[in-house]
Amino acid sequence: MLKITNLRTSINGKEILKGIDLEVKAGEVHAIMGPNGSGKSTLASVLAGRDIYEVTEGTVEYEGEDLLDLTPEVRARKGIFLGFQYPIEIPGVSMASFLRTAVNEHRKFKALAPLSASDFLKIMREKKEMVEIDSNLTNRSVNEGFSGGEKKKNEIFQMALLEPKLAILDETDSGLDIDALRIVANGVNKLKTAENATIVITHYQRLLDYIVPDFVHVLYNGRIVKTGTKELAFELEERGYDWIKKESDLKLNGEDVKI
Amino acid sequence: MSEIQDDILNEVTSGEYKYGFVSDIDTETIPKGLNEDVVRLISLKKNEPEFMLEFRLKAFRFWQTMKMPKWPHLKIPEINYQDIIFYAAPRQQAKYASLDEVDPELRATFDKLGIPLDEQKILSGVAVDVVMDSISVKTTFKETLAELGIIFCSMSEAVKEYPDLVKKYLGTVVPYTDNYFAALNSAVFSDGSFCYIPKGVRCPMELSTYFRINAANTGQFERTLLIADDESYVSYLEGCTAPMRDENQLHAAVVELIAMERAEIKYSTVQNWYPGDKNGKGGIFNFVTKRGICKGNYSKISWTQVETGSAITWKYPSCILRGDHTTGEFYSVAVTNNYQQADTGTKMMHIGKNSKSRIVSKGISAGRSNNSYRGLVKVMKNAENARNFSQCDSLLLGSKCGAHTFPYIEVDNQTAKIEHEATTSKIGEDQIFYCNQRGISTEDAVGLIVNGYVREVINQLPMEFAVEAQKLLQISLEGSVG
Ligand SMILES: Nc1ncnc2c1ncn2[C@@H]1O[C@H](COP(=O)(O)OP(=O)(O)OP(=O)(O)O)[C@@H](O)[C@H]1O
Ligand SMILES: [Mg+2]
Repeated sequence: MLKITNLRTSINGKEILKGIDLEVKAGEVHAIMGPNGSGKSTLASVLAGRDIYEVTEGTVEYEGEDLLDLTPEVRARKGIFLGFQYPIEIPGVSMASFLRTAVNEHRKFKALAPLSASDFLKIMREKKEMVEIDSNLTNRSVNEGFSGGEKKKNEIFQMALLEPKLAILDETDSGLDIDALRIVANGVNKLKTAENATIVITHYQRLLDYIVPDFVHVLYNGRIVKTGTKELAFELEERGYDWIKKESDLKLNGEDVKI
Repeated sequence: MSEIQDDILNEVTSGEYKYGFVSDIDTETIPKGLNEDVVRLISLKKNEPEFMLEFRLKAFRFWQTMKMPKWPHLKIPEINYQDIIFYAAPRQQAKYASLDEVDPELRATFDKLGIPLDEQKILSGVAVDVVMDSISVKTTFKETLAELGIIFCSMSEAVKEYPDLVKKYLGTVVPYTDNYFAALNSAVFSDGSFCYIPKGVRCPMELSTYFRINAANTGQFERTLLIADDESYVSYLEGCTAPMRDENQLHAAVVELIAMERAEIKYSTVQNWYPGDKNGKGGIFNFVTKRGICKGNYSKISWTQVETGSAITWKYPSCILRGDHTTGEFYSVAVTNNYQQADTGTKMMHIGKNSKSRIVSKGISAGRSNNSYRGLVKVMKNAENARNFSQCDSLLLGSKCGAHTFPYIEVDNQTAKIEHEATTSKIGEDQIFYCNQRGISTEDAVGLIVNGYVREVINQLPMEFAVEAQKLLQISLEGSVG
């Protein structure tokens, strides 16, 4: 579904991603972990098409197409969804009109007729129940004045409405209370099929108890320096990142060591 | 980052004027220039009674003693009044027995403007008075309205048919001494609309006037006078467009509203005069004096305006709240793009006790434009318990445009309660990206955000015009935001 090869990106001349290789197949769940500032959100943004990042090298193939060639809205309509680490507030724009526009754009792209207001409200109600989101939130402006946790839930709610093929969830678990974490994870699991895939970016092994990953990657200093299974997440939880940092720094110096 | 944003902005804001066609209609004009003979000629052409000529001449003599005002936030090029044609009329018979007699070119123009003079409008319940260049082309619905005693006709007709009403009210709200352009208008006004709603009558339909400047080098000086007698109600809408021309054209209108006891007037404007091209060449200078007086107790005047056009706009629809318990409202959306300049706002003069006013102004600036809100709330000595609430918001699209807010408050009565709120915001690149990521194109994202921003004002417009206004906003910001 997604194949990233030697991806390098920079912003204002500063290189952030320094050669990423990653392949995600339909039906898989990948977790990306890594220290603060290692480039996780940058990777997610580049995949979604944020143009403040310059791609200096490498390719990204999505469903057999050159992803980097597509505008952000076309990527979205083709099934890429980004759950933002920091969801954006849009004052004055109601959640309902925002989401109805979004859903109808997706439908137009699939040559489907737009949803009527009442059909849309029906679907919205269903999805709201699924992520147990307070029904008042959808009467408000997009993310405006939402609490941290409400914003995160709102991202999953939007994901449920848009039914993406490839969901990239950037720290959707941070800031959620224990119940909300379970609800959000359940939501993600319910949306999981053999045709779609999920990349979860997280700092906490706990999320991976709910959303069980097929692979866990460690991103450090712009590179994926280690890949394993969910056991790796446990090991990180226990030992932190220092050993991985050392290992990879040494590797960079040409020494192949295991700590 | 701002550079990228500006690029996107440029792309989105370069939408072009869609009403810029010129109609090839046989037009009768008088020679360029302005002097007393021209004023006499206009009055003669229009077959006016003596009192009108006197009104014009007094105004003209006064105007000659005046100087064009200067405003700090508008850059206005010198206007050569000897280079303007002060009277232009489509050359036709004065009256049509049926629509078939109307010049087909003229009818095609109206179709392009989306103002059919026929059944379509009857279905949508709008009575339209169309002023093209200087004279009123046709007024529909007169009969239906006449049954209720409502007078809705062109100003020229009113001068002849209802001279007493015109004489009694013309110039009482905006005297010719008021300002430079009011004096000019009083001297040379060519036509406009007149409306009288008798006591106790609720006008059953939206009354509507469309203005269009068509001939080259003409100025349009229309004059509107609207009187709502005791306990009556009327909702009135004007719309404006002009063809694209390289030279600037002058539009200096005067609108006077009079609301008697418990009467209510709702006056809405959707102004889309040609704003000039992307480089600031051409476009309409829109210098308009609009003022209403809430003369009777418990009367109400509400101005709603959506201003997307004109190269330069200078206008402050105002309310004189003379009666007790009167209400004045001003709802405004002013959009400027490219090199447009707008200086607009309102004046609320509280004279009566318990008078209330509400101001909601939403400025949107894009491109290299400048958008200023200038408002005055004045509470006079006897205006016990006057209330005002003002909300002035500015939305910036890009980093080369400007927004300015000048609220003036003068209070001479301790019981007054004045509230003022102001915000300035910017459509952020991150907001646009968030929308993009949900499958919404940049243009639609801007539309969503702008519509959300102006909703409070648009909601004040009659339904069908609200839709039109939203489309206009979209068009004028097309290609404009990132
Ligand atoms: N607009 C920018 N300008 C300059 N530097 C940037 C910009 N955006 C990101 N960076 C830098 O790129 C690096 C990677 O940032 P990124 O947000 O991708 O990290 P992250 O792995 O998501 O971190 P966290 O775990 O804290 O969310 C950081 O050093 C950050 O400061
Ligand atoms: Mg991050």
